[in-house]
Amino acid sequence: MAKITFNHAGGDVDVLEVEPGTSLMRAAVTNGVAGIVGECGGQAMCATCHVYVREEYLDALPEISDDEDEMLDCTVEERTDRSRLGCQVTVGEGLDAVEVDLPESQV
Amino acid sequence: MDTTARDRIVITGNGQAGVQLADSLRAAGFTGDITLVGDEAAFPYQRPPLSKDYLAVRDGGAAPAPLPLRGEKFFADARLDCRTGVAVTGIDRNGHTVNLSDGSVLAYTKLVLATGAANREPAVPGAGLAGIHGLRTLADAEAVHRRLDTVRNAVVIGAGFIGLEFAAAARARGIAVTVLEYADRPMARALSRPTSEWFAAAHRQMGTALRLGEGIASFTGDGAGQVAAAVSTAGHTYPADLVLAGIGVTPRTELAEAAGLAVDNGIAVDASLQTSDPDIYALGDCASYPQAHAGARLRLESVQNATDQARHLAGTLTGTVPAGPYAELPWFWSTQGALKLQIAGLSAPGDQTVLRGDPRTGRFSVFCYRDGALAAVESVNQPADHMAARRLLAAGRTLTPGQAADPDFDLKAYAKRVPTSLGT
Ligand SMILES: Cc1cc2nc3c(=O)[nH]c(=O)nc-3n(C[C@H](O)[C@H](O)[C@H](O)COP(=O)(O)OP(=O)(O)OC[C@H]3O[C@@H](n4cnc5c(N)ncnc54)[C@H](O)[C@@H]3O)c2cc1C
Ligand code: FES
Repeated sequence: MAKITFNHAGGDVDVLEVEPGTSLMRAAVTNGVAGIVGECGGQAMCATCHVYVREEYLDALPEISDDEDEMLDCTVEERTDRSRLGCQVTVGEGLDAVEVDLPESQV
Repeated sequence: MDTTARDRIVITGNGQAGVQLADSLRAAGFTGDITLVGDEAAFPYQRPPLSKDYLAVRDGGAAPAPLPLRGEKFFADARLDCRTGVAVTGIDRNGHTVNLSDGSVLAYTKLVLATGAANREPAVPGAGLAGIHGLRTLADAEAVHRRLDTVRNAVVIGAGFIGLEFAAAARARGIAVTVLEYADRPMARALSRPTSEWFAAAHRQMGTALRLGEGIASFTGDGAGQVAAAVSTAGHTYPADLVLAGIGVTPRTELAEAAGLAVDNGIAVDASLQTSDPDIYALGDCASYPQAHAGARLRLESVQNATDQARHLAGTLTGTVPAGPYAELPWFWSTQGALKLQIAGLSAPGDQTVLRGDPRTGRFSVFCYRDGALAAVESVNQPADHMAARRLLAAGRTLTPGQAADPDFDLKAYAKRVPTSLGT
């Protein structure tokens, strides 16, 4: 199992244990973690699964594809160096734990 | 809003629109009862992946889990009474109650119809054979997925979004695919000619036999009740051990009609999504409404339409946003294999089209102009163009065809100068 920690904008924290191969978006949506919408079902088409990945995990992440890069420019909350689309980051091999901060809004 | 314990909103249909409405009502502070009634057995799930990622999953026959719309915990936390496998069978408008298929009766103060749409079925000889599928529900997708490991020849009826998404997924599995389309180009109802023709070529490149100007005439069986071939209106016979019918949907208006509500290509609502009964609303795939950008009564079938209408209605019902017409910009996406299509706005026949980018690179956009102003933008593997277009169109701004076509014109920066937030 892999561990995902979601820090909500208001200070609440959700910690999930999920199957390897699960995206942050699917994990959040399936487990009722508020703050991630995932309206396009993980196609990198809606930018409503925006997360800020904590510094210490950034290096372990897969590279940002062109599509993800362009969609990240269109998030509702400001993009930073820690911004990723939750549907494009999958836990498992090389990333058995990750911690992210959630933006205040997604739509 | 002043909500008393007796406020009770009943939502018929727990799909994309119904679930978003329930979510947005709670987010807006509605404290009354919310009951969602859905006739499908499955817990609320997302439809778009069913014709895309879902079909790509290969794990020894087990049906993949759908992507939920919200987790079960969400419904519990938000105090939403979400019932599955139960249909609303009748509306008593005077008594303000609905009847359910399990015999129970629910009282409502406001009733919302979010009943979606049902697949149209081919009405030709042989249409009752086994192996002819539609793709609307999780049950449909499970039935199709179960067959994909063994199917060798698939015939798709209709080159619409779902048919072509399926075709791309089937090709990726090495299945031979023939698509029959009566029109002279794919996705003709929604796309401008240049984009549509580009997709025709791209699907042929993937190895799909796209037969334009050819409809379905009949199906023939293998003698044991299973489909074996599709015969086209041109008289050609195509072997088929699976047929995917993607010939459009009909809105589910049966409840509304039986209750005497106005119906006009969908449950007819006004710009505030109210039906001809002031205590009954309708939204999403089942509803036709005065569409601000098209200047006509339309019924749209998209996630954006369902969710933005739901957010709008939640605002109206709770009084948390100033009452006004629903006027969000329509946008849409479709993923066909590696091809990502995004549409902002609504194109129409006769629009003047301007190309931005080089279609030979597989990344470009088509800008559609009507009466000299930008009306819609279709983007292929070009999300930045799409997002810029949404910003511009939502703000009612335009750019000249010359600017649109100019690769040195900084579209993103131009759109950023629009003081608006996306999607709201
Ligand atoms: C395979 C597929 C792929 C798609 N891909 C995309 C895409 O890529 N992009 C996009 O924007 N859109 C896509 N769509 C469209 C999108 O999913 C729909 O527009 C959206 O689901 C509409 O939401 P809705 O709530 O109006 O209807 P639905 O999601 O259909 O929900 C309506 C629900 O109400 C139920 N119901 C109906 N009558 C009753 C009754 N009397 N009692 C109880 N329950 C009832 C229905 O069974 C259904 O579960 C796709 C659709 C499908 C089928
Ligand atoms: S779910 Fe839509 S971009 Fe991630």
